[in-house]
Amino acid sequence: MFEHLYINNAETIDFAAIPQIADYGEFSSYIKESLGSVSRHCVNFFGVENTIAGKVILIVCIADDESHKIEVFSHLCDKNAVLAHCGVAALERYEREIHENFGITFEGHPWFKPVRTAADDYPFYHADSEEVHEVGVGPIHAGVIEPGHFRFICSGEKILHLEIMLGYQKRGVEKLLVAEAPLEKKALTAESIAGDSAIGYSNAFAMVNESLCGFSPSEEMLYARTIAGELERITIHTGDLSAICGDVAYQLGSAVFGRLRTPIINFMQKWCGNRLGKTMVRPFGLPYALTPSLRDDLLDTLAKFEKDFREMSHKIRRFPSVLSRLEKTGVVTAEQAREIGAVGMAAKSSALCRDIRLSHPYFKYDSLTHEPIVKHHGDVYSRTCVRIEEVYQSLEYVRSLVAEYPFGTHKAQPAQNMRPNSFCIALTEGWRGEICHCALTDADGKFVSYKVCDPSFHNWMALALAVRGNEISDFPICNKSFNLSYCGHDL
Amino acid sequence: MILDSIKILFHQGKQFIDDPTKVEVPGIFRGRPVISTASVDNEALKGCCPLGAISIDAEGKASLDMGKCAFCGLCAKKFPEKITFTKDYKIASAKRENLIIHEGVDAPVDFGNEAVNPVIKKTFGKSLKLRQVSAGGDNSCEWELGATGNVNFDMGRYGIEFVASPRHADGVVITGPVSKNMARALEICYDAIPEPKIIVLAGVDAISGGVFEGSEDLDRSFIETHHIDLYIPGNPTHPLTIINALLNLRG
Repeated sequence: MFEHLYINNAETIDFAAIPQIADYGEFSSYIKESLGSVSRHCVNFFGVENTIAGKVILIVCIADDESHKIEVFSHLCDKNAVLAHCGVAALERYEREIHENFGITFEGHPWFKPVRTAADDYPFYHADSEEVHEVGVGPIHAGVIEPGHFRFICSGEKILHLEIMLGYQKRGVEKLLVAEAPLEKKALTAESIAGDSAIGYSNAFAMVNESLCGFSPSEEMLYARTIAGELERITIHTGDLSAICGDVAYQLGSAVFGRLRTPIINFMQKWCGNRLGKTMVRPFGLPYALTPSLRDDLLDTLAKFEKDFREMSHKIRRFPSVLSRLEKTGVVTAEQAREIGAVGMAAKSSALCRDIRLSHPYFKYDSLTHEPIVKHHGDVYSRTCVRIEEVYQSLEYVRSLVAEYPFGTHKAQPAQNMRPNSFCIALTEGWRGEICHCALTDADGKFVSYKVCDPSFHNWMALALAVRGNEISDFPICNKSFNLSYCGHDL
Repeated sequence: MILDSIKILFHQGKQFIDDPTKVEVPGIFRGRPVISTASVDNEALKGCCPLGAISIDAEGKASLDMGKCAFCGLCAKKFPEKITFTKDYKIASAKRENLIIHEGVDAPVDFGNEAVNPVIKKTFGKSLKLRQVSAGGDNSCEWELGATGNVNFDMGRYGIEFVASPRHADGVVITGPVSKNMARALEICYDAIPEPKIIVLAGVDAISGGVFEGSEDLDRSFIETHHIDLYIPGNPTHPLTIINALLNLRG
């Protein structure tokens, strides 16, 4: 056996301190054994090119919800090595990514489908039958959304199988974050990984950079970042409720939720000059402090928002023609959610409590005694209810944080250099779920590897499972109820 | 049942913006930048922009290219006496070079009407249907393009809408730096649009590649080889910027 290493969220350690399991069989069976417990799930699994030519280090990060720690361990293998699939479904996409980047093969893996290479000649899963038909959608979709390809196999109107092909959005984010560039440029890159989660991403990016430098952010920075993160959750959940109503042709809900998003994003613009909160968070500083007049504006905005939000969400939860479309549609069972390693909102809608704000608290979440909203049916309605109730919860959090906000206490501190040969992992709970950033520095204290994992990386499989047995006309509503990220997945 | 709905409707009050060409944006919106003639350390000014949007000419005069600018406001923070961002959101142009703001000039952005093909005004004057293609976009410009159709901005009142099929469209609105993996789909989509058709670039990523410029995973040949009818800067571009840009294009 080996010496276990458990670290905290946003803790920096020496790279050399990460335990290495020499035998792949032992490494793989430990992963499987470790993930056997429901309180543990894999937050990142990736390869890093080693200084020894032709070698790759595989690093696994497993979050333990009970101890609030993250276990990290590794295995050194050859490039193009032939290893065995560890037998955990939740890791299959990680293994495909490692295969794509390093040519390592995991024998027994059912499906070496490309993760981020949109190949024209990719052989989609195909049913050779005259009874069923196939429907291809995308990469360009009907609405103003991002690209991805969906291939359905249907029997009449019923979906038997959905295969999702991604990778169209690949921009090479991880390489850009490692390349020589000023911190400000990297911060812009980090918040553009997924523009709808700019705060969640820039919070994680700031945590990694600050931790690697041994920098402790001021209390005011922590408050501002936590408030911004919760406002982002309110904004996007509200917008998604509008889209869900739109997809079931409920015009009133779509219009009201759609317009309710506007005052919150306009407040973000008053605070930081950008409706989506871009430029709001920067490592080592507080570019936009909250002021008492902004606070008053915010409280007033939230009060007006809540009144109308309550009225509208009360209505949709009791409106038969909406409920009949949402209930029992797109079900992901608790077992399925667990097996595929679902995280965040998608997991919480299927009775699986995964919320970094509770399990690995950061910023001000340790003082908020966060209780995640968990629903049990795993259908579109559960995902709708999680959104509605998370909005109420975030409203309360923002109010309580604003009430104790330490106005004007932030003092600028100089940025320091990053620690050489170190490793840091940061987890934040974006509105979709956990956003994971892992960084490694070289002997000069520069990034040598920067690995990002969006919640959608875990959750795309949930959508593929959710639509099975549903009518193809319910696909849009299923898709919208998850609202997964294409660019966050494709990087 | 119906009374509840009427009550909700009543409680919303008036939400639409009367005139999106005249309304003022709230807060510290960073719109058209103005460069003063104050003298500062030019090298430091040029170097402070993370995306290289600021240039200094041979006479030592500064300029800022909004097509490369992420509107992060860093230059205005470091050199407040030199650069300020106004709340002017009418910053789009039909000509790429008109996105460059020169030192000492505080005037509205020249839309470049002379560059607009008269066929566009004639054909799309009352109805303009657009197909949006996100080609590596980060879902922020897509989000704001979607917002142009909500009850606040209501771009549909001008007969400008996004449609599902390129066959029904009069042009394409591109967001994102154009990833290699989307280059072919973009080309196919554009080819499927009947003539006459327009190409609109929305957001810094589409116009110049933005923060992704130089990434080996991009393929910007489509943008380089086609005539672009409209450039809409921003990161992301504001709905009011989009609406005004499209209205100007139609004349």
